[in-house]
Amino acid sequence: MSQTVQQIVERCQALFEDLNFTSVKEWKAAAPGRKAIGFMPVYVPREIIHAAGMLPVGIMGGGDQLEVIQGDAYYQSYICRIPRSTLELGLTGRLDCLDGMLFPSICDVIRNLSGMWQILFKDKYVRYFDVPQNYQDSVGGTYYIHEMQVLRDDIGKLAGKPISDDALRASIRVYNENRRAVHELYQYRAAKPWQAPTSEVYVVLRAGMVLPVEEHTKLVREYIAATDAVARPVRDNARIVLTGAFCEQPPLSLIKSIEMAGCYIVDDDFMLVMRMLTDDVLETGDPLDELSKSFLHRSMQTSSKYDEFKKDKGKYLLDSTKLNAGEGVIFAAPSFCDPALLERPMLQAVLNEHKIPYTAFKYAENTGQMAPIREQAGTFADSIKLWSAA
Amino acid sequence: MSTPVQMTPAQASKKPVPVAQKEDAMLLQKEMINRNYHEIATAHDRGKKVAATFVPGNLNELVMCFDFARSLPETNALQNGMRKKSGKMIMDAERDGHSEDVCTYVKADLGAMLGGEIGPTGEPMPHPDLLLLSYTGCFTFMKWFELIRQKYNCETTMLHVPYQGDGKISQNMRDYVVKQIKENVIPSLERVSGVKFDIDRLRQYMKESARAEGDLVQVLQSAKNRPSPIDGYFGAVYYIGPMFTAFRGTKEATEYYRVLRQEIEQRVREGKGPITPEGEMAEEKYRLVVEGPPNWTHFREFWKMFSDEGAVVVSSTYAKVGGVYDFGFRHDPDHPIESLAEYCLGCYTNLNLPQRIDMICKYIDEYQADGLLINSIKSCNSFSAGQLLILREVEKRTGKPAAFIESDLVDPRYFSPANIKNRLESYFQMIKQKRAAAGAVH
Ligand code: SF4
Ligand code: SF4
Repeated sequence: MSQTVQQIVERCQALFEDLNFTSVKEWKAAAPGRKAIGFMPVYVPREIIHAAGMLPVGIMGGGDQLEVIQGDAYYQSYICRIPRSTLELGLTGRLDCLDGMLFPSICDVIRNLSGMWQILFKDKYVRYFDVPQNYQDSVGGTYYIHEMQVLRDDIGKLAGKPISDDALRASIRVYNENRRAVHELYQYRAAKPWQAPTSEVYVVLRAGMVLPVEEHTKLVREYIAATDAVARPVRDNARIVLTGAFCEQPPLSLIKSIEMAGCYIVDDDFMLVMRMLTDDVLETGDPLDELSKSFLHRSMQTSSKYDEFKKDKGKYLLDSTKLNAGEGVIFAAPSFCDPALLERPMLQAVLNEHKIPYTAFKYAENTGQMAPIREQAGTFADSIKLWSAA
Repeated sequence: MSTPVQMTPAQASKKPVPVAQKEDAMLLQKEMINRNYHEIATAHDRGKKVAATFVPGNLNELVMCFDFARSLPETNALQNGMRKKSGKMIMDAERDGHSEDVCTYVKADLGAMLGGEIGPTGEPMPHPDLLLLSYTGCFTFMKWFELIRQKYNCETTMLHVPYQGDGKISQNMRDYVVKQIKENVIPSLERVSGVKFDIDRLRQYMKESARAEGDLVQVLQSAKNRPSPIDGYFGAVYYIGPMFTAFRGTKEATEYYRVLRQEIEQRVREGKGPITPEGEMAEEKYRLVVEGPPNWTHFREFWKMFSDEGAVVVSSTYAKVGGVYDFGFRHDPDHPIESLAEYCLGCYTNLNLPQRIDMICKYIDEYQADGLLINSIKSCNSFSAGQLLILREVEKRTGKPAAFIESDLVDPRYFSPANIKNRLESYFQMIKQKRAAAGAVH
């Protein structure tokens, strides 16, 4: 029997709340020799890990339920929370199920955390994973293919056998399918946001951080089917695009607060790893070459990626707002997050030019006080409704 | 961060600097710096273009091949910090929509532009014709130039310098940087300047660089002497000025370092300590290694807190932000582009945490330091994230005490003299106790 929305969401919620990564442990225990590799935001080519028969696990911080004690001792007060809570997870043994950790190129905090991890977890595989800021195939592409090859070799060694091209192509296929499913979910939510509240969509996506990709693809589609089967009331909410939350995650209660305040979130930048490559990676040809081409020419715009030209700045946000019939933008950035906060004025300038209203606030993954945010989002939603009525 | 100071002795001290030995080099430096600001200010009138770039990974020799006037926004920000102008600029930028959480160098620069930029010497600063985004060792650099481009429409060229995540420079990283220089940077510089690239001109500049770099290393390493003839942090920011900015590769810089080296060698022969804003340091009581950039808004006051106690900084990581030369790297005229790549990849903030720890431990050992002091800069995630682990590891490995203070580069709101002074006093106490305990054992 197919599951109800509630059952699916409950399962995802349980996965999301489980800071012991039980599902990862279970996956590993189900067959001998299985390994799991963690990665932080914003993007790694998970295909390479998958092709080695390993489980890629997204570590998105500790959320609002984790008490951070040891992690705080490593950071000054003016540094965001995700590195502390991630360290806390590591130092309290919760990440022991991971055989390695990847630290993508997103900012200097995560970059430096890669070195800290090397020192604190000497028995684990640790790699800082750089992506090119030059988008020419012969320059940035060549560099990137080499970087991926190093990762491929390392992961192959860890797995005990090299990763073949065929295995990589098969993984690309599997992830293409997942990208399509996630894309369908985003489209579905944009079309019927009352049917797919972001508080649900979020945990369904988060499940993809710990579940095997094949299972997650299925889950996403099951969720769409299940929620579509039961009509929910339509509200006169403001349709907003949320941006800035690509690394440290807002607490789920914050997402709920925005929705309760009268906003439908019709696009966001949570967990970009799933949507970084915007369409299918070619399943034939040289796999690393194809992964590189996708990244260079067909990937999301986000703060950690250089925009080559001024005219490109804010393009994704603008297009997304138009495409998804967004009526406004909420800038939600983690406190002390240079990438999100430095990007913000540039994006706001673009929105100003196009007369798209916006509001902005900061959060931490453990923000507890929701009243101010609810109030701000509520006022914003009301003003949008007023403008559109006028 | 990443900014050497360009300051004259007269600015460092209200009193004239009492010791003459330093004067020649300092006068030379002052002249050079003022001339450079004048060149930037008058560039457009003279039909020249202006290039802006960052200190770490700056390709000064290359940029000079195209006759650009060279501006370094980090240096401009710090100059404004020292002149107590940065506070207002930062607040102006915040009023213009910038978050209070982000790097204050960026805000000081944007604030200065908002105020119709006047350079530190009082002359108007033209908008750059080219932003050469040497993306080395700091993520914020990328946003900084994107922000300037957004407002002022300047052309931007990216040079992505990959981070040494594994603690080494791979051939792939080197090739990538070389290719970008050849295929992206040089063509952009040619196009914007209208000057054709001449590799022999580059080689010539690099010969000068290598010579000056050798002398700079001798100057910095003179601090291995007891007493140290220099302060390797507060003093070193003068010494690295020309090298890390618009002068590396010029004959003037070579001459500056030659003179400076002679002066310092003379001080060694005479057994003299460093010159501080208050005059020559009488007695060297503590020898420290410092990690992290200085505070610029209270630079002199900050320095005095050390010199009053007889504390001299024998080595600092900050003196390596614009290039790490003391482990043998020199610009190499025989392999000009490759060595530019190597230079960019090797800058201090492009090193991973284990490398930084190794380097600090080495300094503590080689310079016979009493311990490590970290000045943690609120603005700078590149430097600051992970410093508390650096502190622990260095303490563990060297057995020497370490201390932690916090301030900011150019935001006066984050300089709390009483706190810093207290911390320093207890740190010096701690060193004394350690020494006494060690003495008791022997
Ligand atoms: S929240 Fe922002 S500053 Fe913090 S680690 Fe993530 S990207 Fe970096
Ligand atoms: S973050 Fe640090 S290195 Fe980067 S611009 Fe700011 S002060 Fe300089």
